Amino acid sequence: MESLWPQIEPLLAQVTKPARYIGGELGAQMVEHRCDAVSWLLIYPDTYEVGLPNQGLQILYEILNERPDAVAERSYAPWVDMEAAMRAAGVPLFSVENHYDAGAFDVIAFNLSAELVYTNVLNLIDLAGVPVRAVDRTIDHPVVMAGGHCVFNPEPLADFIDCFVLGDGEEVVSEINEVLVAFRTAAGRAAGASASTSREDMLRALSRVPGVYVPSCYDVAYDDTTGRLAGITSKFADTPDRIEKRTITDLGEWPYPRQQLVPLIEVVHDRLNVELFRGCTRGCRFCQAGMITRPVRERPADQVRTMVSAGLERTGYDEVALTSLSSADYSGIEETVTGIIDDPSCSGQVSVSLPSLRVDAFTVGTAAQIQRVRRTGLTFAPEGGTWRMRQVINKLIREEDLYAAVDAAFSQGWKRVKLYFLIGLPTETDEDTLGIVALAKQCVAIGKRYHSSVAVTASVGGFVPKVQTPFQWFGQNTIEELTRKVYLLRDAARPVRGLTIRWHDPKATAAEGIVSRGDRRMGAVIEQVWRNGGMFQEWSEYFDLALWTDALEANGMTLEDAVYRHRTEDEVLPWDHISAGLHRDFLWQDWRDALAEHGLADCRWTPCYDCGACTGYGVEHVVASAVPPAGGSQGTGQDLSTGGQVPVRFLSTAPSSAAPVDGPADTAVALAGEGRS
Amino acid sequence: MRIRFRYSKLGKIRFTSQRDVARMWERAIRRAHLPIAYTEGFSPRPQLSFGLALPTGAESLSEYLDMALDPMRVAEDGVDLDSLPAELTVLLPEGLDIEEAVEVERSKVSLQQMVTSCSWTMRVVGVSRDELAEQASLLLAADTVPIMRERKGREEMDDLRPSVLALAVADASDNLVIDPSGRTVGLVAELSTQPRGVRPTELMRGLIAVSGGSSARSIDGAPTEGASSRIPVLDRVCRTQQWIECDGLRQEPLLGRVVPAGADLAMHAMERAS
Ligand code: SF4
Repeated sequence: MESLWPQIEPLLAQVTKPARYIGGELGAQMVEHRCDAVSWLLIYPDTYEVGLPNQGLQILYEILNERPDAVAERSYAPWVDMEAAMRAAGVPLFSVENHYDAGAFDVIAFNLSAELVYTNVLNLIDLAGVPVRAVDRTIDHPVVMAGGHCVFNPEPLADFIDCFVLGDGEEVVSEINEVLVAFRTAAGRAAGASASTSREDMLRALSRVPGVYVPSCYDVAYDDTTGRLAGITSKFADTPDRIEKRTITDLGEWPYPRQQLVPLIEVVHDRLNVELFRGCTRGCRFCQAGMITRPVRERPADQVRTMVSAGLERTGYDEVALTSLSSADYSGIEETVTGIIDDPSCSGQVSVSLPSLRVDAFTVGTAAQIQRVRRTGLTFAPEGGTWRMRQVINKLIREEDLYAAVDAAFSQGWKRVKLYFLIGLPTETDEDTLGIVALAKQCVAIGKRYHSSVAVTASVGGFVPKVQTPFQWFGQNTIEELTRKVYLLRDAARPVRGLTIRWHDPKATAAEGIVSRGDRRMGAVIEQVWRNGGMFQEWSEYFDLALWTDALEANGMTLEDAVYRHRTEDEVLPWDHISAGLHRDFLWQDWRDALAEHGLADCRWTPCYDCGACTGYGVEHVVASAVPPAGGSQGTGQDLSTGGQVPVRFLSTAPSSAAPVDGPADTAVALAGEGRS
Repeated sequence: MRIRFRYSKLGKIRFTSQRDVARMWERAIRRAHLPIAYTEGFSPRPQLSFGLALPTGAESLSEYLDMALDPMRVAEDGVDLDSLPAELTVLLPEGLDIEEAVEVERSKVSLQQMVTSCSWTMRVVGVSRDELAEQASLLLAADTVPIMRERKGREEMDDLRPSVLALAVADASDNLVIDPSGRTVGLVAELSTQPRGVRPTELMRGLIAVSGGSSARSIDGAPTEGASSRIPVLDRVCRTQQWIECDGLRQEPLLGRVVPAGADLAMHAMERAS
């Protein structure tokens, strides 16, 4: 293969942030392509700055490059100015290491972390010079793969992706590579007389790897009268009817990334990242990440320490993030963070961040201790405005926990607090929605006891029901309804000084809903949006709802049916043949429990509900401590019957000069008693 | 204790910004466990001071960085200025090479304020060698060269002429234009940095202005539609030297490197890069 650098270099003078395209990161592997090694191009379908830090992609990059029979390079979506320059100059998509032509790789594999990047995926396949539709590809084209959270409903992309990989990629990536060695490498072809040169045979062989879904090996049937999906079934005896996700049992066996990439330019999450554990069993019902990554698998504490100290030494970063879905739940989190702070080799210059704070004073105490540089505010995610709402979504945070957390934050010097909420949740009433402002107002009042000016931001997202969660049957709120709720909040917040409401565009929420739960026919919509120029739909400056609604209409679909409609219990769902381990009847029961406002405690510390994630795969939680963390009520076995009714108490004493907070008790009563529909 | 480094920035890394380079240095310094001094206050930063910003996309043989070391820790650990450049270079990304490190006096004036001019070599496309030579002599002969410059986000008219201290098309025999295709013409210039630094792209605008073209064009000097064919466009730029002028002597910012005004270190430096 020949480097495209001489053609790329002259383009870089014309584009913004040219360093996105030069590679050269610490940890980048300038691999030599060999005839006995399968070549992989791992692509994150968004900008370099967003994609580079992706840990999943970096893990696979290292695992593949450690194999003697594989090489891996990376690529990202060129920004619109670069893409235009590339197309004008006839330069295809390229890898950032060797600047090789993407179309010449054996595999191009996408990480799918968000639905609105799907049009970028099509664009990148096209930019690689590969036919966008899988049926048009020959054995000479790369195998187009996808993994990541979004593949738990693969159907909207089924026409474009040759094979999807479900769940943890650490083990399966090697199994896939072994299959491809036979088909893709000259050495493999020569060695195995059975190795066919037909693309179909190759995909068939891939479909037999557990955790791999090859859409072309399945028949899709639709009901003649209703037009609804009737079923997706395997065409062959040796391909499974239901594809189960892959789960690694022990995170300690995978201390990756060992050589985290350090980019030359600033990217999001520009710091050392060490994964504390995978999976989360808090059971928040809106949270797809929590549902599909069960069970909890903690990394051994000594391995965390080694990865942090070796990583800091190697990279020169002065910040380490201890990542996971709820980092404060890690057994012995306190010892872990103090161990890092007190490490003499860090000489007091390293800050530790916990990207996902639990809402309680204990967590804030830990955060205060470890955040050497308090340049940002603290963020909490109560998600629902009332206790009733939080019971529905199973985010079991009592008001006093939130206020204690906020009190701790303000008293320890923070002046800015950000609160995350969702609107458009199942059973939500206007009282629930307005509860957001009531909570945020209390937080401002708490802050005023410590500082003359404080800033509380309530960030409000529109809820998109996600597949493989108990809310997968719920009909999403309409754009109009979400907009009405946003205005309700905005008007209620206007008189409150120190409170800002920010919201996500309800139109973008609708577009996300279109792709999230679509069946295979949604592919035509995505393709049309792309053909009409709809790229970077995650970026507000390029998002255009009209592209989506026009494409829906052209394909005989409606927002009403695709997004706003409640699904019924007996309906065949487009992702029914895809399994994240969760039994459908568990999810249905949890949905009924949600409607009954019944919360469910964390199964790490309480008996198993047999959701299927452990029981189905013969795996179990790997948790060092059998007792829930101190402090807070978030599903840790404390009495949860009184989350909203308790009169609000401030856990620390106010400075003597501070004025009394007006009306906390009134608000608590108002929040508690109402809003049941 | 204050150390001044001279380093080069060559190759692909030229597409990173000055800010990016600062962050690369900070990481390298931490990896080397240098006894660096930190600023006081709530969020301490390493005490580093970079000289004149180099435009993104330009290469350089002559970048400078001042670093303050913590005297207490220096006394304990010691610092070897001779081995330091090599030790730090391996910790920096490819394309950043430290050539020298010397101890300098603590000064109230920053490096950026001290530098009076920079020498540049440029590869130019869009014009023939004779056309470029003519434009250069027109510019040197002009009393004023008004161009549009960006200042605090606004475009305003400014006279470029006083800032152009030297300008010449490179001799065909010069080894200066490292472009085997022969597509480009070499240009050498010394541009003043006081009161405001002049960028090579602005020099291009000046050349266009004196040759009767409009100087109203995009910042990168790319020709706008309908422009005449004699528009010089930068292909490659390299800062070869920074100068501190004092009492008629031009001095390289590393101490003990005094050279008389007019000496052509720039040419020499460019040869080394080839
Ligand atoms: S199988 Fe049981 S223990 Fe495992 S995640 Fe599901 S409910 Fe929890």
